[in-house]
Amino acid sequence: MIETSILTAITFLPLIGALAIVTVPGDSARFDATMRWIALVTTLTVFAATLVLWAMFDPADPDFQFVVNFEWLPGGIGYRMGVDGISILLVVLTALLLPICVVASWQSITVRVREYMIAFLILETLMIGAFATLDLALFFVFFEGSLIPMFLIIGIWGGKRRVQASYKFFFYTFTGSVFMLIAIMAIYWQAGTLDIAKLLTFEFTPEAQFWLWLAFFASFAVKLPMWPFHRWLPEAHVEAPTAGSVILAAVLLKFGGYGFLRFSLPMFPDASALFTNFVFALSVVAIIATSLVALVQEDMKKLIAYSSVAHMGFVTMGIFSGTKQGVDGALFQMLSHGLVSGALFLSVGVIYDRMHTREISAYGGLADRMPRYATAFVIFSLANIGLPGTSGFIGEFLTLIAAFSVNTWVAAGAALGVILSAAYALWLVWRLVFGALDKDNLKSILDLSRREMAVLVPLIVLIIFFGFYPAPILDAIGPAVDALVHDYAGTIGLAAEMAVDSAATAVH
Amino acid sequence: MTSDLMSLDALLPVLPEIALALGALALLMAGVFLKGETHASVSGIAIGLLVAVGVLALLYPIDGVLFNGVFVADGFGRYMKTLILIGSALALVLSLSSAGENGLAKFEYSVLVVLATLGMMIMVSANDLMSLYIGLELQSLALYVVAAIKRESTRASEAGLKYFVLGALSSGMLLYGASLIYGFTGQTQIDEIAKVLSLGDRSLGLTVGLVFLLAGLAFKISAVPFHMWTPDVYEGAPTPVTAFFASAPKVAAMALLIRVVMDSFEPIALQWQQIVIFLSVASMVLAAFAAIGQKNLKRLIAYSSIGHVGFALVGLSAGSQGGVDGVAIYMAIYLTMTLALFACLLALRTEDGFAEQISDLSGLAQTKPFIAATMAILMFSLIGVPPLAGFFAKWYVFLAAVEAELFVLAVIGVLASAVSAFYYLRIVKVMYFDEPVLQFAAAPAELRVVMGAGAFLLVTYFFTVGAPLGAWAHNAAGSLF
Repeated sequence: MIETSILTAITFLPLIGALAIVTVPGDSARFDATMRWIALVTTLTVFAATLVLWAMFDPADPDFQFVVNFEWLPGGIGYRMGVDGISILLVVLTALLLPICVVASWQSITVRVREYMIAFLILETLMIGAFATLDLALFFVFFEGSLIPMFLIIGIWGGKRRVQASYKFFFYTFTGSVFMLIAIMAIYWQAGTLDIAKLLTFEFTPEAQFWLWLAFFASFAVKLPMWPFHRWLPEAHVEAPTAGSVILAAVLLKFGGYGFLRFSLPMFPDASALFTNFVFALSVVAIIATSLVALVQEDMKKLIAYSSVAHMGFVTMGIFSGTKQGVDGALFQMLSHGLVSGALFLSVGVIYDRMHTREISAYGGLADRMPRYATAFVIFSLANIGLPGTSGFIGEFLTLIAAFSVNTWVAAGAALGVILSAAYALWLVWRLVFGALDKDNLKSILDLSRREMAVLVPLIVLIIFFGFYPAPILDAIGPAVDALVHDYAGTIGLAAEMAVDSAATAVH
Repeated sequence: MTSDLMSLDALLPVLPEIALALGALALLMAGVFLKGETHASVSGIAIGLLVAVGVLALLYPIDGVLFNGVFVADGFGRYMKTLILIGSALALVLSLSSAGENGLAKFEYSVLVVLATLGMMIMVSANDLMSLYIGLELQSLALYVVAAIKRESTRASEAGLKYFVLGALSSGMLLYGASLIYGFTGQTQIDEIAKVLSLGDRSLGLTVGLVFLLAGLAFKISAVPFHMWTPDVYEGAPTPVTAFFASAPKVAAMALLIRVVMDSFEPIALQWQQIVIFLSVASMVLAAFAAIGQKNLKRLIAYSSIGHVGFALVGLSAGSQGGVDGVAIYMAIYLTMTLALFACLLALRTEDGFAEQISDLSGLAQTKPFIAATMAILMFSLIGVPPLAGFFAKWYVFLAAVEAELFVLAVIGVLASAVSAFYYLRIVKVMYFDEPVLQFAAAPAELRVVMGAGAFLLVTYFFTVGAPLGAWAHNAAGSLF
């Protein structure tokens, strides 16, 4: 009973919280606190439920677990849920970040609290659903549905140029994913089912794979985002409210990586092999070019946004290396980036709430007045660089090994990116927290409050814990990744052998 | 020629239409002979009549072909008639609260709506080019009058005249096409035409006739390039009348088009598919770009409805049962969205009139959160963003197109929907991101019910109506194949 209902419960529980918030009477500020508490309790309950899910999850089994599967709408759309090693931790990550976002918005959001909390709770349902569904059409429903709340979050509670940012966010993603929609229909037409578990073993013809891969790529490359499809991201990040940036960077970008891992690689292996060098090239350009761009940014959020694009370059590089280390590393990098980029945006939010500016030059010497904040910020920055001992290291290291084993030049380029990331991140730390505190308006700035500590400390603990002891994550993702890489190598190897064979026949 | 009506029982398949016709006459009598202000009670009875006929049609589903084959009652007809009756009844409900200022406080309005509905039901059941024309004209003549019913308003009169002139032109084209088809096949009955065509005797004149016939029908569904009347009539007619125009007649014309091309011209599918694909692409693309510059809400909705006709035609282009399924589902969802949207517009009443411009909606989320939320849901649904019903509507029609290997059409369609997102989002932006300018009066209860029910169905489509509606549409479409 609990086996089959827990995923559904986790996915739709936030909606119940949203309904409860709708029913809170009145529109005066007195009720805002009630709404915040309802949102917090709901998201914490969901998080607890995902921990139960993780505990019940059998890491040795590479197949989907907690499966629910029945046909629902005519036209192939079924209600199918299930998680495997690839998706389960992304569900947990999402559920972990939501309560943090609610707490982080506790005081910074004072207008239209009701809509804000409802938007976040709906977003949580859609994000968890996207990771937990096993129906391709339903995946699209969740994936694309997340545009609505995020569009409103950026547009209503965002900064000065919020309208433009929200439009850009919507259009880039929407245009990218309509191609995926056509591809999903074509898959149904070819394979006769939208059940992801069945589609993973369906063999598409190489020509179909080519087009389907491109259509999926159009969607995921925008979402991830890969260079040069990243133009929407800096603006969306900069203009979104703090919690919106956190969700955007930590979870919504992961849709892209998850999509590559779940669909592109296993369903279209021949096409993936064909496009490997193309993806490698884009990844390396992303890592180097956006790191350089990050160096010259004067807006803190923009700098972190560009660093996100660079880090996603490691993810695509790892995934398309098609090796065990690469995919493990990419998944680990996605989870770690979820924690680290979320933490960095929260840190920016802390000082933005105090000074209402994101200009780097407006700060300096914060370590004097804010020692606790400075400590946290330095730890997050080091994790962003990928210092050994933080979770950022594991993912970058694994993907670099994988890239090295496949293509040395790619590895060399990516390694250059690691150096650049140290440059921009450390320079940001230097300009922000060190140096002399000579700006007058900073002299009275206050250190982290207890609420802010409650938000940041768990992230510090997790980042360092998984940096030293990545086993819980690697164990959970291991078997599923093994199976995926094995199948992929099998198909590709076979194709290569057949090519050799036919070439040999031709010679004779 | 002997009659096929040997007893009264043989009339049972046409009972809903007979009931509606008698009801319309009774309403006319009541309006004439009752003393005092009769329009409210006549409207009430008319709504009851439409509902009763709908219930009758659904409770006693009797199939049959009558009157020497000019009238057919089948599952497809029942599905479309149900939508039409719902559309007409709700359009009357929407007109109740503002009948006075819209010049609709006349009992004739309800009677004309009922007569137009009768015409639409005959269109849906028409199995012969003659009954097709009779139904179409009964509908159209009633609609011409309704468009100009607010006599003191020059805009409404202009709209009525425009609609009449262009409508008469389209009727002429349709008749000319019908005469060519009769001339080259010797048949007027839809299934007989198909039989002649399948013998392989096809001349160019027949294709010309087909083009004229389809052009006449394209006028009625306002597909590009026969759409010019739509923005002007939508803008000029009183809003409750626009709500009626945008809902039931579109469904009826689409149903007629489906039956004609699927039954009659199935043997020359390649010919009509080209035409339908052209209409579809032109409607989607033109509406997407033309609507961007609009400032008036009703003109925007007019272009939006043109675009949606284009999307529905994507399903018909496939020429398969899946495609007809898709169009049937599309029309049901389109009807829901349109009626809820007009309920929102009619609920936005200021001291001196209704919200007409998009900028009037500024900051609506702060002054009228319920209406704004409903409008936002409608806009996202019209774009086709999941999980709202508009997405599933597009899913079915595009799925049919992909299965028919019309990839280019599908790609153009989804790109057009991405462009159309721009103007729909502008309304959301104005309502949610801007500051309020106007104060609106409280919305009447019946409009709140329509808005609430519409929004609920659109949001919960996947869990509530999706499965039963899909199954019903599939059965309905099955009766054509």
